[in-house]
Amino acid sequence: MILQTHLAQEPLLNVKNLTVAFKGRQGAAPVLNDISFVVYAGETLCLVGESGCGKSMTALAIMRLIPEPGEITQGSIELSGQNLAQFSINDVRKIRGNKISMIFQEPMTALNPVYTVGDQISEPLRLHQGLTKSEARTRTIEILKSVEIPVPEQRIDEFPHQLSGGMRQRVMIAMAMACNPDVLIADEPTTALDVTVQAQIFDLLREQQQRGTAIILITHDMGAVSEMSDRVVVMYGGRVVEEGLTTEILDKPAHPYTQGLIACLPELDPNPTFDRPDLPEIPGVVPSVWERGESCPFADRCDRVMAKCREAFPPSFQTGLTQKVACWLFEGQV
Amino acid sequence: MNNTDHSTPLLSVKNLKVHFKGKRSGWGKPAAIVHAVDGVSFDVKRGRTLAIVGESGSGKTTTALSVMRLVAITSGSVHFNGVDLTHLEGEALRHQRRNLQLVFQDPYSSLNPRQRAGDIVLTPLVLLGVGTPEEQKEKVKELFRLVGLREDQQMLFPHQFSGGQRQRLNVARALATDPELIVCDEPVSALDIAIRAQVLNLLRRIQRERNQSFLFISHDMAVVEYICDDICVMYLGQIVEQATREAFFSRPLHPYSVALMSAVPTVSGGRKKAANRIKLIGDPPSPINPPKGCRFAGRCPAMKPKCELEAPLLREVIPGHKVACHFVTVENNQVKAPLDERFLLSI
Repeated sequence: MILQTHLAQEPLLNVKNLTVAFKGRQGAAPVLNDISFVVYAGETLCLVGESGCGKSMTALAIMRLIPEPGEITQGSIELSGQNLAQFSINDVRKIRGNKISMIFQEPMTALNPVYTVGDQISEPLRLHQGLTKSEARTRTIEILKSVEIPVPEQRIDEFPHQLSGGMRQRVMIAMAMACNPDVLIADEPTTALDVTVQAQIFDLLREQQQRGTAIILITHDMGAVSEMSDRVVVMYGGRVVEEGLTTEILDKPAHPYTQGLIACLPELDPNPTFDRPDLPEIPGVVPSVWERGESCPFADRCDRVMAKCREAFPPSFQTGLTQKVACWLFEGQV
Repeated sequence: MNNTDHSTPLLSVKNLKVHFKGKRSGWGKPAAIVHAVDGVSFDVKRGRTLAIVGESGSGKTTTALSVMRLVAITSGSVHFNGVDLTHLEGEALRHQRRNLQLVFQDPYSSLNPRQRAGDIVLTPLVLLGVGTPEEQKEKVKELFRLVGLREDQQMLFPHQFSGGQRQRLNVARALATDPELIVCDEPVSALDIAIRAQVLNLLRRIQRERNQSFLFISHDMAVVEYICDDICVMYLGQIVEQATREAFFSRPLHPYSVALMSAVPTVSGGRKKAANRIKLIGDPPSPINPPKGCRFAGRCPAMKPKCELEAPLLREVIPGHKVACHFVTVENNQVKAPLDERFLLSI
């Protein structure tokens, strides 16, 4: 069903060959290397990978928020046909918080502690939609109600420190959704929260998606992927290593890294056994940007590494209907 | 008077209460009292792992810290190895801490950034006077090997390690004095999933090889199921359910335990699990004025009028399985729990 709608559709957001590099004394460090993926209207796409894989950097690149001295050196980010990578900073401001908005990982540091919740949510409304102060206030109360904040009339005048972690993240979502953006980027929105609150936040995101907003959810938890997403993009070492429909990826993950990510998650088993085998682990750590050459960045941690892996990064091979994997194991097999 | 009898528990906590003074509500008015831990009893058995599970604010970390005597105990007792830790002071307490060590949640802020890795692990040996300098050096080497670090990494500083390696360093430091009990306060929640598996496997291996006892604090039911032998579920300063791993995970009885389990997203569960999830609304109430009835009543999906009036006591419904809920009943040896049917759907 999802597939059919996708084939008929033009992508809403089209990231093509995106490369982001940080210039340093040792030369340019590519944190993102030739990233391509698309987001269709109204779907949830998960970007998966460990810290240091470039997930957050991809999000920042789309928002044009890459910190100095990093810059987009190659590629394009097309939102409904317009290339955001070429936009001037003034043009980007018209898009940010309006067409694309973002929720950050740590709600306490992402909210301004000296402005009330109401001020912060009504800012994009007044800026992008030109509402008056009183119109914006009425609308803000409606938005707070829609993210299930109790007594919004009172909460609107409170400061972030007066709210709990879950409530702050709701305010972040309210702020991001204020102008009904086409794309919402959620960068690990629940890592700082309890599991019970995480479930509440996921429900809210699902609701927003059903209202037609496309969501890019960044996570390292395959459980969250299974629950939230229509499609998955797996990233490793600044590259896309596998992508496809969530069902394809979870049923038969092709890339050894994806397989590892799924296997190492302890599953909740209603029939616990007495003997617990060791959890499968992915040995080692993500290589730093300086250690990545032209080879496959996963080569050093991979148990099926071949000589070829250390020579060049593999192209994408189609292994399923929409599943594509960048791994030499699949060369000539498909 | 070292009691090493294997039938007695290693750590025995009885009716522990930790109350903090909060802010004054006004001039001359008495300070509010935060009931962080409010009457908690549990045992940690030798060579086993007891997990304490709960949301933030449930008092699980305060419980762990008070066992170590790192926060002041208001009332109740903590017996370790037959010794009453509750009123120990000075050198006697320091001497006991050799047998009680702690692994913190955040592997970044819990290591001194100016100390070399080898020194970090050596420090507890020096401070607690374990062995001669040569033996200490040998011990540090052995610990590095045990936790999967290389000996030559002793000269590095913490920032040169990854998060998972730093947590290994934390574990090595905790193991240095050969403690009988290690308290782990959310040791893997700050780590990436792939690294989390490495650290969990390490803790299990240490337990197998050294018969190590752990008190493990966590909010993640999937991690707890993997690591624990016994489990306590805490809510707002009190234990609501207590059982062995097998009994608990095959059938959690308290509505809060069921909700916690149902909240964990799993790979196999997908959207079906999300749709059938038992949802908890809002946040836990304030520990300053806890509700007088069941503390969970306000968020419980199976709440009945009695719950708001009368606080349920923790009682043993099946041998070894305790629960604090009015509506878990036993009839003809059949246990009935309020969320039984929904639990099966939601897992």
